[in-house]
Amino acid sequence: MTQWSGYLGLILQGALVTIELTLMGSVLALIMAFLAGMGRLPRFFIVRALATAYIEFFRGTSIFVQLFWAYFVLPLAGISLTPLQAGVLALGLNVGAYAAEVVRGAIQSIGREQYEACIALNLGRWQGMRHVILPQALLVMLPTFGNNAIELLKATSVVSLISLADLTFQAQVVRSQTGNTLMPFTTILVIYFVLALVISWGVRSLERRMARGIDGVRV
Amino acid sequence: MPAPIIKVDAISKSFGAFKVLDGLSMQVMPGEKLALIGPSGSGKTTILRILMTLEKIDGGHIQVDGEHLYHMERNGQLLPADERHLAKMRQKIGMVFQLFNLFPHKCVMDNVTLAPMLTKGVARAAAEKRAMELLDMVGMADKAKAMPAQLSGGQKQRVAIARALALSPKIMLFDEVTSALDPELVEEVLNVMRKLAAETDMTMLLVTHEMGFAHDFADRVLFFDRGRIVEEGKPDEIFRHPKQERTQGFLKKIIAAGHRV
Repeated sequence: MTQWSGYLGLILQGALVTIELTLMGSVLALIMAFLAGMGRLPRFFIVRALATAYIEFFRGTSIFVQLFWAYFVLPLAGISLTPLQAGVLALGLNVGAYAAEVVRGAIQSIGREQYEACIALNLGRWQGMRHVILPQALLVMLPTFGNNAIELLKATSVVSLISLADLTFQAQVVRSQTGNTLMPFTTILVIYFVLALVISWGVRSLERRMARGIDGVRV
Repeated sequence: MPAPIIKVDAISKSFGAFKVLDGLSMQVMPGEKLALIGPSGSGKTTILRILMTLEKIDGGHIQVDGEHLYHMERNGQLLPADERHLAKMRQKIGMVFQLFNLFPHKCVMDNVTLAPMLTKGVARAAAEKRAMELLDMVGMADKAKAMPAQLSGGQKQRVAIARALALSPKIMLFDEVTSALDPELVEEVLNVMRKLAAETDMTMLLVTHEMGFAHDFADRVLFFDRGRIVEEGKPDEIFRHPKQERTQGFLKKIIAAGHRV
């Protein structure tokens, strides 16, 4: 049982990779979500078509296949990515497609009267978006963004298939080295759960802070 | 005689098959206080929204302060206005809404200073100084740091008036600004508007169901019905001696509903 602490170290190393993937993937997902989500608001047909194509494509194909493309197929086109880069790319683009719909829906949920107040105060389209609509829409997005981030965390385990040493990969390693199945898989089960809880709490406290004093928002 | 500040010429506007404005023409003189009354659906709110560029017109012409509102002149030709022209024209006009439309995520002070800082490049200190003067005028100076959610309807509406005034428009549009208020809060908003009318020479257009207030406040009253102005005149003429049958009928109904004239 003493050597188990060494194996636990291995698993914790994997946890770091998983956290890293989750953070970087979330950043990319967030960027893609705002680009594509706002790109879907009625404006230029080309932008809207591009955004829609991106969203439908990445929602409509398997994240496994997307990851394999990023890691195994892109090199054929001369673009070689490290496993971490491929993982972040696939996760970010995939979850970003879901989150883009959250961004669009939240922006469209802001009442027409707020847009009209912007016009009456002569704010430009972007000024109104930046100072009036988005700050309110962000509050609507947050809970679902929390869901998306947890989905992304759980999806990081696919990178073990391109031999990136994340939590799941390390658990497999420990299992094959020790022959013990219960311990490594129970450990990572708990770690994934705790990480998801941290995201959940983080988002909720952010929500509470942003909702302070605002009308019609239950906290 | 000075030129009218608003010239509306034969405009029409439909929502689907419903014709809200049917060849409407009217003129407003600088500094004039105008009350627009009439049954709902008569087009009185729509004309305010059109002047604020919240609705497009289907036909006709509007001039505000000597310039076309929905058209711009280029090389002697009249072209549809672009966003820049509209932005220029909106500087002349401010609007207060029935439901206040305050920004719920910003405190009272920030609601008032946002537009001057963004659209006119006013520095924060100057914008806040001006905002305090305006909030003081509407009796809301002590609530500058409050969030809209902490205010009563009457207080919200007074902030909304200060917010519109912060851009120093030449024309103010008031769209049923007391209709959403509890009866005991109506008076505090009307008082602010009386003060405004007394202290400034702004042109004010007011859509209202407060006939008593319209009578005291307005220089001229327009009675709207079915997208047209049926009758217009001095408050006494309209309220005491209406000539048109439709005006008489409307006022009778209003009085029966318990409104004071």
